[in-house]
Amino acid sequence: MAKNMTINLRIWRQKGPEVPGKLVDYTVSNASEHMSFLELLDVLNEQLIASGGDPVEFDSDCREGICGSCGVMVAGIAHGPQQLTAVCQLHMRSFKDGDTITVEPFRARAFPIIRDLVVDRSAFDRIITAHGYVSVKTGSAPDANAIPISKDAAEEAMDFAACIGCGACVAACPNGSASLFTAAKIAHLALLPQGQVEASRRVVAMVDQMEAEGFGDCSNYAECEAVCPKGISVAGIASMRRAYMKGVFSK
Amino acid sequence: MSRPDVTLMSALMSPVGRKVLTGVTGIGLVVFVIVHMIGNLSYLLPDPQAYNAYAHKLMSWGWLLYTMEIGLALCFLLHAIVGISIQVRRRKARPTGYKAYKSAGSPSRSGYSARSMILTGIILLGFLILHLNSFKFGPGEAEGYTAILQSGEEVRDLRRLMTEKFQEPLYAFGYPVVMILLGMHMRHGVWSALQSLGMMSRRLSPYLYTFAAVLGALVAIGFLVVPLYIYFSA
Ligand code: HEM
Ligand code: FES
Repeated sequence: MAKNMTINLRIWRQKGPEVPGKLVDYTVSNASEHMSFLELLDVLNEQLIASGGDPVEFDSDCREGICGSCGVMVAGIAHGPQQLTAVCQLHMRSFKDGDTITVEPFRARAFPIIRDLVVDRSAFDRIITAHGYVSVKTGSAPDANAIPISKDAAEEAMDFAACIGCGACVAACPNGSASLFTAAKIAHLALLPQGQVEASRRVVAMVDQMEAEGFGDCSNYAECEAVCPKGISVAGIASMRRAYMKGVFSK
Repeated sequence: MSRPDVTLMSALMSPVGRKVLTGVTGIGLVVFVIVHMIGNLSYLLPDPQAYNAYAHKLMSWGWLLYTMEIGLALCFLLHAIVGISIQVRRRKARPTGYKAYKSAGSPSRSGYSARSMILTGIILLGFLILHLNSFKFGPGEAEGYTAILQSGEEVRDLRRLMTEKFQEPLYAFGYPVVMILLGMHMRHGVWSALQSLGMMSRRLSPYLYTFAAVLGALVAIGFLVVPLYIYFSA
């Protein structure tokens, strides 16, 4: 039998980008320990709609930790207290009956609030557009294994490629830096021969865009790695810095 | 498509360049601090003139010493300016703070030392000014602080100045407190600088993080034993 829980929530409510917001208290008395945190918000919203109130806006899509749509601060931590999961994979069994949980949007100047817990993360898209890709000519697909890649390089590149672009790294960073997000893509492509061709223009263009979006500097707190649902290592940031220093002195 | 244009200046002003600057200047300061700490320990040698002889030797380097001093002053200045500007930018990057915020714990490196970098840094800057005023620009041979080395040379008696200063409780206990703050600054700083300069990998990180803690602790202890020794042996 699933245990029934009563959860008190203090949720950031804000009607639009320019209007002031505030924390509002709610209670959900019929929560189940098997619910995900987003399902708890769904139950709260049913409750709010039934009583004629405005539901709490939040982003989600896959609800299995792969799309990167979801993301809120739960009890002061991006994606909540459980590590290596997105908030859609955080279950209420991580909390105690009667807990009071504060829920806030990811905050950064570069992530303006749209409404309640929904923020605009298109700054990330613009960083990727700057050069977070490999240019390829159209035509038939190249032979598999035409370019040999060692197992270690492939594995490490895959670890960096696991980034789902949720923005938790920015949200958790005391400086509001987007270094881990930007570095994950740079480190991923730097490990592969296909990525090395455009390595210097990629790193310079992406770092320039990161700056233009108004993200903060990295003080090497590594708080980003601790909240990353994919556990992306700050070693990627060191790799981005190496690539940048190399990039500046080559074409 | 080619690389966007970068000049050396624009590269140094970029988010990566700013970290390279704090890192390089920080490591310069770490090297200085270690040499200074080892030099101070010569106070404890059995030869009572060892400290004065060491100081005199440095002074005799002439223009080489001045060049090093200018380099050091530039390191301090650049380091402080970039460090403070990083903290100013952090407010701009998140104008509205969180009502509830806490660290998610390991592998986060954001402990006390990391979070207090700006505080320990500014205290170190204030301390530096007072410290130069007490010692470097303190009383010298003109004020009668003269010692005679075994070679017969007359030199500035820095040992006497130190001995006198550290008999005052404010100096004897104030210095060790600041040195502990220096150790904390290095605890995060040494790890951070290596990460800033791209010398870190997943495998190395835990070792270098521990190395930073050991180095910070050694420097703090190396510095604070001399004032405490002077105070308690007087
Ligand atoms: C003049 C006074 C000082 C100030 C105002 C200062 C300030 C700072 C600040 C704010 C940071 C953090 C930068 C960031 O957030 O990324 C920092 C980093 C650092 N500091 Fe200092 N500091 C001072 C003196 C020193 C001294 C004496 C040392 C040497 C023992 C030192 C070594 C370092 C190192 C190694 C780093 C890491 C650099 C990096 O993150 O790349 N600092 N300092
Ligand atoms: S909803 Fe897709 S990652 Fe959470």
